[in-house]
Amino acid sequence: MQAWIHAHQQALTLVLKKLRSAPFAHLVMAAVIGAALSLPAGLYMVLANLGNAAADIETDPQITLFMTLGANDAATKEIDNRLHKHSGIREYRFVSRETAWHDLQERNGVQGALNGLEKNPLPDAFIVHVSSSDPATADALQKEFSAWPQVEHVQLDAAWVKRLYTLLKLGEKAVMILAVLLGFALIAIIGNTIRLQILTQREEIEVSKLIGATDRFIRRPFLYAGALQGVLGGVTAWLILFVALYIFNQSVEELAQLYASDFRLHPLGLQASLILIVSAALLGWLGSYWSVSRYLSKL
Amino acid sequence: MIKFDKVTKRYPGGHEALRSVTFEIAKGELVYITGHSGAGKSTLLKLIAAIERPTTGTVLLNNQNIGTLRRAALPYIRRNFGMIFQDHKLLYDRSAFDNVALPLAIDGVAGREAGKRVRAALDKVGLLNREKAMPIALSGGEQQRLAIARAIVSRPAVLVADEPTGNLDSNYAHDIMALFRSFNEVGVTVLVATHDAGNAEGRLLHLDHGALTEGVPA
Ligand SMILES: Nc1ncnc2c1ncn2[C@@H]1O[C@H](COP(=O)(O)OP(=O)(O)OP(=O)(O)O)[C@@H](O)[C@H]1O
Ligand SMILES: [Mg+2]
Repeated sequence: MQAWIHAHQQALTLVLKKLRSAPFAHLVMAAVIGAALSLPAGLYMVLANLGNAAADIETDPQITLFMTLGANDAATKEIDNRLHKHSGIREYRFVSRETAWHDLQERNGVQGALNGLEKNPLPDAFIVHVSSSDPATADALQKEFSAWPQVEHVQLDAAWVKRLYTLLKLGEKAVMILAVLLGFALIAIIGNTIRLQILTQREEIEVSKLIGATDRFIRRPFLYAGALQGVLGGVTAWLILFVALYIFNQSVEELAQLYASDFRLHPLGLQASLILIVSAALLGWLGSYWSVSRYLSKL
Repeated sequence: MIKFDKVTKRYPGGHEALRSVTFEIAKGELVYITGHSGAGKSTLLKLIAAIERPTTGTVLLNNQNIGTLRRAALPYIRRNFGMIFQDHKLLYDRSAFDNVALPLAIDGVAGREAGKRVRAALDKVGLLNREKAMPIALSGGEQQRLAIARAIVSRPAVLVADEPTGNLDSNYAHDIMALFRSFNEVGVTVLVATHDAGNAEGRLLHLDHGALTEGVPA
């Protein structure tokens, strides 16, 4: 156990010594990795903000139930009962066919068109406000209501919310794809810088192998170096986003004031920041594992 | 402890460095391997230290067959040997101390214990006051002795020296041979490859174009 701790300590010391001896090279690498990582992380940040904004907006999907024309009072009463007891509904309102007909006749411009009709063609209707803004819930309710007796047609009035959510989902997928692609690129980039380090330490590796070093012993300091490189890159990405956000928010603030809104872009949360840095470290680790293993297998 | 049975080593490119070599070395022996340049001495030592594997035939080290051993097991076999390479293989970007400390680091020996053993090894070869020197600042003979210090620091059961007196004057050479004998006297198996076995006292393995002609000095 103690030997194990010491081995890691030794490897870490070696890596830190290297960092101190070539700070500029590490800084450049951190900038490259940071810039690459800031793309998916930044996109994620924008999406997260949009998602929050969408949730804030009174989306309030509205559903209209149209009864059949022949529906009698009992049937209407039954629906009223059911709506009353339903938990997924915030409020609802009954619009009788008479009221609707009256409203329509009041409206300017339609007068002429309606003159030809002597009978009221409108059905009774319920206007329902759903308590959740999640479009999936509204969809489910629409299906449920459609199956109720004497209900002719159920109209969901939340298409744009649905579209927004679909777009956000699409955006999340884009972030994933971008992150995976850039992840591969970063593994290759970090792997390559580690390869250069390996080449400068060729003799040490060769001699160590000849006198009985395991692959694990040889790999260890490089893995640390790769992970450290990744962490530095991850932190750089975070800083890039932070600064970009600061600049962006200054303009957003002016705009928001014009619209009397307090909308702001928020930085990455603690969890997202941790994920960013940990995955950067992991990519560095993988890149260097790949690089050292490739070198060792050729020995 | 070391057993070769009809061992042939053919390098990539087809050159046969060893041809059907058979011999056995017991624990605690002192053995000189002699032969002309290119006779296969270094190759023989590399096979013994599990650095190369035989093309045909079997190499047994403590009854383990090197030819069939997993690659991952080889490092642990190699640690039984203190190897002095013909070209030293010192690390020129590390101090004398750090060079000698390398086998200990590989073996997981650390801290004060490691420092003590490194200094003891440097003392044995008369380099204690040069521990901070870089190898490039050492003379040829001192580099040779540094390589010896690195080979003995982890107290190996077998010391394998490939022409350790190659570029030393005869006084130095004599001292170093005396050093090897002193290790042998405390039970270490010592194998020394040399092209002149003039003052060799001990068993001889003579190689001629890769073939063994045991006990026949050059
Ligand atoms: N890695 C290698 N690849 C190909 N051929 C090799 C290799 N190592 C050695 N040889 C060849 O094998 C033969 C034996 O080499 P070896 O180094 O064992 O000789 P040696 O007895 O140690 O010679 P010297 O006294 O010059 O050190 C030589 O002809 C050499 O060219
Ligand atoms: Mg040789």
